[in-house]
Amino acid sequence: MPTKVIKPVTSAKEAVSGIEDGSSIMVGGFNYGGIPYTLIDALVEKGVKGLTLISNDTAYEDVGHGKLVSGGQAKKVIASHVGLNKATSRLYNEGKLELELVPQGTLVERIRAGGFGLGGFLTPTGVGTVVEERHQVLEVDGKKFILELPLKADFALIRAHYADRMGNLTYFGTNRNFNPIMATAADVVVAEVDAVVDVGCIDPNDVVTPGILVDILVVKGDSYYAART
Amino acid sequence: MLPALNEEEKKRRIAKRVALEFSDGDVVNLGIGIPALVSDYIPEGVRVILQTENGVVGAGPKPDVEDLRFIGAGGRCLSIAPGGSCIASDLSFGIIRGGHLDATVLGALQVDSEGNLANWMVPGGLVAGMGGAMDLVVGAKKVIIATTHTTKDGRPKLVKKCTLPLTAVSVVDVVVTELALFRFRDGKMILEEMAPGVTVDDIRACTEADFAAAEPVQVIKGVAQ
Repeated sequence: MPTKVIKPVTSAKEAVSGIEDGSSIMVGGFNYGGIPYTLIDALVEKGVKGLTLISNDTAYEDVGHGKLVSGGQAKKVIASHVGLNKATSRLYNEGKLELELVPQGTLVERIRAGGFGLGGFLTPTGVGTVVEERHQVLEVDGKKFILELPLKADFALIRAHYADRMGNLTYFGTNRNFNPIMATAADVVVAEVDAVVDVGCIDPNDVVTPGILVDILVVKGDSYYAART
Repeated sequence: MLPALNEEEKKRRIAKRVALEFSDGDVVNLGIGIPALVSDYIPEGVRVILQTENGVVGAGPKPDVEDLRFIGAGGRCLSIAPGGSCIASDLSFGIIRGGHLDATVLGALQVDSEGNLANWMVPGGLVAGMGGAMDLVVGAKKVIIATTHTTKDGRPKLVKKCTLPLTAVSVVDVVVTELALFRFRDGKMILEEMAPGVTVDDIRACTEADFAAAEPVQVIKGVAQ
């Protein structure tokens, strides 16, 4: 057993072995960027079903976590944009997929609220739209806000740049997006990285996600997008 | 008489006019489609800081060598301009909702006389989701809609009352089409500029929304006479 301090560096297959039918997973990424491609491929290989997938978007049918949707492994998707993966719309219209569309800023803030121990938050986004329908609307200083509730998950699969053995993470370019926030909001956080370095090799000033939030490290594979992102 | 323009000419005309709406130093988010063309026409001397909601403040043009680790919200590769930064989605939307964005430029399915916007969903159509649009139009100080004046089959996009699901209520500040520029002032929709050779009656004929005409209506800026 690894200590709590030094994080295990495992294969992608081993890292996702705890994800079971019906698990809820957060997956980092925005369009092509910052998706933990290697972990997703392992999850596709494992073939678990009935997943609740929380992610900004559902990528593309044959790209990243889009494969979990098009392959029928997700029973529910909570996302802000699913238009680039036509399978999402098709399965939803066929009644085979639950879909909760959430404005992007609200989605990331709900995840942050989940990870930051908040009971919810008030946002002006969505007031007067269909988003209002399933929510409480509160007035503060004469202005309407929607009460949004926190989101958490069993697992967060995230993509970072470098990790040290204690799980401290840095990020690169536009791969950052939802990843550092999701690292706060799941029971088990698995980070896919370019490389794992020794403790002390990352300047503390460069650490975005402290290692205490991270459970398992996986070095990225060499699939087309994993290699390029 | 309405000018005969193909779709590409319409888009370019709209983008050119929208590009004149910014002041030096403005922080601006450009949506996909026509709004994305706007950055090609920003006048020299106006330094606009482009924000992309996936996490760049200070986006630059498409680089010579593409690197998927630097993409815009539409998934296309971008560069980071000198002085730019890469941020996470929570801060990105904090910037958007928190009033730190001077302007957002987005497309529209419908805009109505009250400044309501519908641009994310057609019932019965492909389910796409609102992405960041609802946050952008609620948070940005100035909401600029860049859209063709009518749909491809000639139906008005500027309507009395939006019939499609709303993106937000009473948020639109400016609408730029290939034919006209409207501003919302004190809750009223005002026709302020028109394409050369177009009359107010021409505009009324293809606009369902109630609007008042400024006196005088100017020739639209940025279009060669």
